[in-house]
Amino acid sequence: MTIAADEPPVQGSDHSELSTPPLQDLQNAVIRFAGNSQDGIQTIGGFLARLAGRSAREVMTYMTIPSTISGGPSIFQVHLGSGEVLSAGDDTDFLVAFYQHSYDNHLSSLRDGGICIYDTDFVEPDLSDKRYEFIGLPITSTTIEAIGGSTKSRGKNMFVLGLVTSIFQLDRDKLVGIIERQFGKKDESVLRNVMLAFDAGYAYPIGDVYKNRFSLKAGTSTGSDRVTTDGNTALTYGLLAGGVRFGAGYPITPWSPVMEVLRSELPKYGGLFLQAEDELAAVSAALGYAYAGHLAVTGSSGPGLSLKMEALSYASMAELPLVVINVQRGGPSTGLPTSVEQSDLMQAIYGSHGDAPRVVLAPQDVEDCFYIAVEACRIARKYSTQVIVLSDQALSSRIEVFDEPDWDAVVVEDEGPALEDRPDDFKPYPLDGDTRHAPPGAKMLGGKYPVVTGLEHDEWGHPSANPEMHQKMTNRRRDKLKRLMEEIPTPEVFGDAKGDVLLVGWGSTYGPLREATGLLRDQGKQVSHMQIRHLHPLPKDLGEVFDQFDHVIVAEMNDEGLYGQGQLATLLRGRYANPKIKSITKTDGLTFKIREIVAGVSEHTGNA
Amino acid sequence: MSANAPEKLTKKQLSADHPTWCPGCGDFAVLASFFKVLEKLQYPQEKIVTIAGIGCSSRFPYFVNSHGLHFIHGRALALATGVSLSRPDLHVFVFGGDGDGFSIGGNHLEHCARKNINLTYVIMDNYVYGLTKKQTSPTSKLGYKSKTDPTGAIDQPVNPMKKLISAGASFVARSHASQVKHMMAMYERAILHPGFSVVETLSECVVFNGGSFDDSNPRKGGVFETIDEEQHDVTDQHAAFAMAEDQYPGKFGVFYQQERPTKNALEQKWIDDSQARLGGEADPKDLLRKRFAVMK
Repeated sequence: MTIAADEPPVQGSDHSELSTPPLQDLQNAVIRFAGNSQDGIQTIGGFLARLAGRSAREVMTYMTIPSTISGGPSIFQVHLGSGEVLSAGDDTDFLVAFYQHSYDNHLSSLRDGGICIYDTDFVEPDLSDKRYEFIGLPITSTTIEAIGGSTKSRGKNMFVLGLVTSIFQLDRDKLVGIIERQFGKKDESVLRNVMLAFDAGYAYPIGDVYKNRFSLKAGTSTGSDRVTTDGNTALTYGLLAGGVRFGAGYPITPWSPVMEVLRSELPKYGGLFLQAEDELAAVSAALGYAYAGHLAVTGSSGPGLSLKMEALSYASMAELPLVVINVQRGGPSTGLPTSVEQSDLMQAIYGSHGDAPRVVLAPQDVEDCFYIAVEACRIARKYSTQVIVLSDQALSSRIEVFDEPDWDAVVVEDEGPALEDRPDDFKPYPLDGDTRHAPPGAKMLGGKYPVVTGLEHDEWGHPSANPEMHQKMTNRRRDKLKRLMEEIPTPEVFGDAKGDVLLVGWGSTYGPLREATGLLRDQGKQVSHMQIRHLHPLPKDLGEVFDQFDHVIVAEMNDEGLYGQGQLATLLRGRYANPKIKSITKTDGLTFKIREIVAGVSEHTGNA
Repeated sequence: MSANAPEKLTKKQLSADHPTWCPGCGDFAVLASFFKVLEKLQYPQEKIVTIAGIGCSSRFPYFVNSHGLHFIHGRALALATGVSLSRPDLHVFVFGGDGDGFSIGGNHLEHCARKNINLTYVIMDNYVYGLTKKQTSPTSKLGYKSKTDPTGAIDQPVNPMKKLISAGASFVARSHASQVKHMMAMYERAILHPGFSVVETLSECVVFNGGSFDDSNPRKGGVFETIDEEQHDVTDQHAAFAMAEDQYPGKFGVFYQQERPTKNALEQKWIDDSQARLGGEADPKDLLRKRFAVMK
């Protein structure tokens, strides 16, 4: 489609009958950019998120990417708000459609009255659909014209960013500052082209009808030291803050970004990250670091975690400390590699052979990815145990704003291997005390050197097939996690401490569950919410909390299984034998919508 | 010896549990040769690390009084990679058999060799799974009768020398458990080689594969043919590969040796360069602050 010079540059809904529409002062705006993965729509979202962080606004993003090497449909959704933002938004207020397939597949995400901005070069919308407003403009050809030359579709994302900045009256100067910092290090012509495209979008004459309609309210959050980043990045720097200096991994989506950053960052800290030949080698090398006296990390996604399981049983028997990251994705096998699911909980807790107790934690939002990583390091060291952190695909890639950590309070210095001489009565596995290894390099004053083994062993680590000893050592490995249980705080209850419904979740469902709880409470329902971050061992006082509610409803992104409960619900039922515990589950590869949670609660409580 | 001088490391100090191997097993001689080389090299006892996977020969760490680790089947090299890369002060030794090294752990052997991880690996090759009582191993000769090949092995065996040379191991040697002096010479050269050094040592399983290496044992009427390094250039990869053609009984000695940077050295260089750019060792808090400033 081309535009003749005398035609108005904007197509779409007819506004002639509207007088000047009132300025809409928005608390929240949910904008979905739908295009192909190579269009750089993530870049638009990233800039908007960072701008929100610098404008005291809250933000949460959501993205889907195709599991293809290059190309394929992709979306990036940004939820901007002046108050607390807890989810990426059920419905969108604005849809920017780059292609016909973007329009076809995502128009239904718009709320009634929502606005669809589309590229007239590629999209032919059904303008008779009166549920929505349409704004059409030649995004591709205008961008090419602005940059001048044959850059094909490059720069379209910056054009759209300029357009959005103009429509929502965002702070152009601040945004340009962020863009300049991002592109300033590159070739001068790159920044020049980026700005040409951005300004073309910003100045595009779409008419006063739109220019003056929306104004996103200034934010209410305080604090100047706000950072904007995604879950994988927060997790990675949490590991560094927790004192991890050595790691090993193998590439797999969506874990790879963690290992990529660690590979580049660790040398600065005097450490290194090994790209291993496979998952088995990765966990084995990480245990090599651990044996040598370093706190180490390995990580993967579900399939890779399965491959690490034999070595994790070894680590349980040998009581070597290790942090293991699992960025969960959808389905068994290759499944839905770029979608979200929380179906590795049972694998994380019970996936190894033999009785191999270990710790499982789950961060609830991007900020918590940082703090849970620090805590995983602390627990691994203190109890000489393995700690699995269950992140997920949605959390790994979504962007949020949070306060910069208090580095003096949080950072744990890496003390390196403990190479002091060991006395002649040294026992690595005392039946009445904590595990303490003597790493290689430590002199054994008694003259006898230890062999760390996967065979059952006595207090000195010497192999023993004595039946009594195996029982005693099994108890010992279990009891150290029970000691950990004593120090885990009871999760806070949002809402009242007693009532009709307690919504329980784990991991990245925190935001949607909290938002759904708020919505139900606004409707006068007695609903409270608890998010469990420590999944194994569970906090010890949950039973008393559950007793205060008529219904305990566990919502999680995994299947209800043969017996009608999701994985956490099954564990909680097993532990508390409480028939009030019910389950909301789903496995569509997407994060929870608020309305899905609300419907699930209604179904279980019998009041619609 | 004066009272203040450090005690000399002797075989007596290095001996731990009495080996659980069967009487007559070739592995005893491998252990004895290892002790003798350590007596000669006099490394501090606490800096010696022996690591193994699963198998008869992989019980090795229990019999050496040094820091040791007995790991899972096939992954000893991968674990030793972590030890070697993070602790340059240690002398890392890996012991294992043909099943551990060429079958279940075959991939790690390839990549340890390619990356030139600084450690010494002794493969005690008996051409059979002994601990699990006589199944065909990856080096079992064609026709070998085992519980898994009752009519004789039909799969072509691995050629250890060819495999190691083509994988990029920077020191590849072959020895025989009946030849203590030869083993000692090979182990010492392997240990002194900077990088990934491997000595395949034919070590007879007298219970399940008795007489298997008689052809190369002069005491049993065989011929122990050593490599004449006047004639064979150990840095010539093609010559080494050609010599490896004759898998059994074949020749014994150093097939191939190449001086090239270890991964240990290359990683350390990256660490040093990264820290130099920062003006020396940086406070982790400062590094984190700097990184988070970019996210604001």
